[in-house]
Amino acid sequence: MDVIYHYDGSFEGFLSCVFDSYAHKEIPAGFCSGEDGVFSLFNSRTVLTDPDHAARVLQKVAALSPEAAVLLRRGFLTCLSEKELHLFQVVAKLLREGPGFLRNRSDETLYPVIRAVQHLNGEVHLLKGFVRFSDLGGVLGGEIEPKNRVLPVLGGHFSARFHNERFFLYDRTHKEALFHVPGQSVIRPLADFQMAPPDKTEARYRLLWKRFYDTIAIKERENPRLRMSNMPKRYWGTMTEFQGAEHFIPRTSPGAVSGPGAPAGISAPGTPPPPGPSAPGSGP
Amino acid sequence: MDVLEKLTVLTDAAKYDAACTSSGGTRTAKKGYIGNTSTASAGCCHTFSADGRCVTLLKVLLTNRCVYDCKYCVNRRSNDTRRAAFTPEELADLTIQFYRRNYIEGLFLSSGVFRSPDYTTELMIRCLALLREQYRFNGYIHAKAIPGTAPELVERLGFLADRLSVNIELPSEAGLNSLAPDKTKGAILAPMRQIQTRNRQSREELVKYRHAPRFAPAGQSTQLIVGATRDTDFHILRLTQGLYDRYGLKRVFYSAYVPVVEHALLPAKDVKPPLLREHRLYQADWLLRFYGFRAEELLDEGTQDFDTRVDPKCSWALAHLDFFPVEVNTAAYETLLRIPGVGVTSARRILSARRVGPLHIDNLKKLGVVMKRAQYFLTASGKMAEGLRFTPDSVLRGLIAAERPLLPQQEAVQLSLFDPAETA
Ligand code: SF4
Repeated sequence: MDVIYHYDGSFEGFLSCVFDSYAHKEIPAGFCSGEDGVFSLFNSRTVLTDPDHAARVLQKVAALSPEAAVLLRRGFLTCLSEKELHLFQVVAKLLREGPGFLRNRSDETLYPVIRAVQHLNGEVHLLKGFVRFSDLGGVLGGEIEPKNRVLPVLGGHFSARFHNERFFLYDRTHKEALFHVPGQSVIRPLADFQMAPPDKTEARYRLLWKRFYDTIAIKERENPRLRMSNMPKRYWGTMTEFQGAEHFIPRTSPGAVSGPGAPAGISAPGTPPPPGPSAPGSGP
Repeated sequence: MDVLEKLTVLTDAAKYDAACTSSGGTRTAKKGYIGNTSTASAGCCHTFSADGRCVTLLKVLLTNRCVYDCKYCVNRRSNDTRRAAFTPEELADLTIQFYRRNYIEGLFLSSGVFRSPDYTTELMIRCLALLREQYRFNGYIHAKAIPGTAPELVERLGFLADRLSVNIELPSEAGLNSLAPDKTKGAILAPMRQIQTRNRQSREELVKYRHAPRFAPAGQSTQLIVGATRDTDFHILRLTQGLYDRYGLKRVFYSAYVPVVEHALLPAKDVKPPLLREHRLYQADWLLRFYGFRAEELLDEGTQDFDTRVDPKCSWALAHLDFFPVEVNTAAYETLLRIPGVGVTSARRILSARRVGPLHIDNLKKLGVVMKRAQYFLTASGKMAEGLRFTPDSVLRGLIAAERPLLPQQEAVQLSLFDPAETA
């Protein structure tokens, strides 16, 4: 019997659905998370997340193939449409036939998932370079706008690299943020976020970077198309070197610095800017 | 002069160096330090400049003051240009602050020869020591070893940097003598040999003592200028091969000569940099490093320069049609790698997939094979791509057309001089 599963959208929730489909001998026709009930001709059922069920499914998969377990985890973070159904089919095939087909990338069940995971990995790889942090009075803050849910993967990279720093990284697309303090990182939903404007020091380093960026290009080799194919425009929105003049102008009023920019969990960058003459309005 | 201005002058003076990669090094995160270098094989690009090149490192000169007078160089003594110098403190601060903001993967430090090679190297060492010891910087550092520097100083530099490089720049001794009168082949090769030897010793020590200090763990590289002298592709590629074989270099970079100065011995200022030629050399270099090709297979005394119309691998395939078609279900890895359109990744995928069952033509695209190129050169389960009819001429035309959209814009423009219609 075909059925649509409603679940909470979490990885464990998805695994619980897989568990239920076997327990009830149901074939899932689709998965649905979130409020919006979908009208459909199929029966639908709400599956409650059960950590124990989830763990049993994952153990079973990992026992058959550790790579499949990794693929499942990663696949769940991708923006593949109907990713749950695709992942379910991989699990079903694994249970039915064993892990052999996983070695053949062109396998029709595997291929869409592998492609999606590759897209995710590619996005993670690019973002490792393209993420920009600002120093907000000692706390580093950055924003990204990825297609896939990259934070769980990307977070590990930055937490290792900047393990002594306090930082956060906000994902505009999925409205969640990674928070890191020495020794600890978490990802939390965050509905809205507005980056605080730079203080004098921050604005200065931004300007230095922009100047470096503009100077390093060789005029005789200019090649906008090559640049675009290496660095698609959709990433430019959060990169310092492509921001307009106001991005490089310091706001020295304390109110502006500790405004809504400080996310919950990390104390607001409260250090008032050093007194002195008002900042020069130098743009790039 | 303030730091912003210095940065402008010293970036402008450093931009012709092609080496900008953090690959080959691993530094895992260390407690109390900032940074790591975790990029396994592909380097991490932090941005791409307007010329489409990857920017990984803060690439600057410590100073563009120089007592040498290399004819091709903007910083040469006799050139009238603005001079500047960072203090080691300024540069260390810039590096750390850029790194924290994730602008860069690390520092690429080069310099003009200020007073003497030794004096310059000492300044560089001061800056790097500041970074490593005071700021506890654990990110990537690439430093230039200046020909003529005392071995003790090269030694200290090597323990601070991940990678060292000595730029050969001019691919022949004759070029060196006429265009870089202050440098000799011997002065360039001596530090290269020293770096190779120390790097090997340090690896051996690391096996014995886990905490032995690491000497330039990401090895060494060099750069060759293409188009400033009359050296042929064959000459350059054989030099490259020798450097990989005998000096254990990790990379050789090629830099299309941009005429920045007027000189009787150099191409005139309105000559365009030979970008397509540079591109072909990089492709050939790739074939040497990952595909098991030798320079002598790609070029010879009779054909000393690469065909500009197709890439070196296609060029080789067209000259060896009797080698093909290759059957993907049975061919060895090395043989698969010879097929145009099959790369290291897709060859591995073929090996893995064919253990599950026989492969057919329509599997290959999903395994990452570029069929537009590969179709002429392979069979799968005995069959070629359906409906494929071709002659050597039409293969050439097909290959030219398949590569064109992949070429960087200017290369494509240069290439359109050879319109496929003319070659038919
Ligand atoms: S040594 Fe030669 S190449 Fe290097 S900066 Fe001086 S003039 Fe230029």
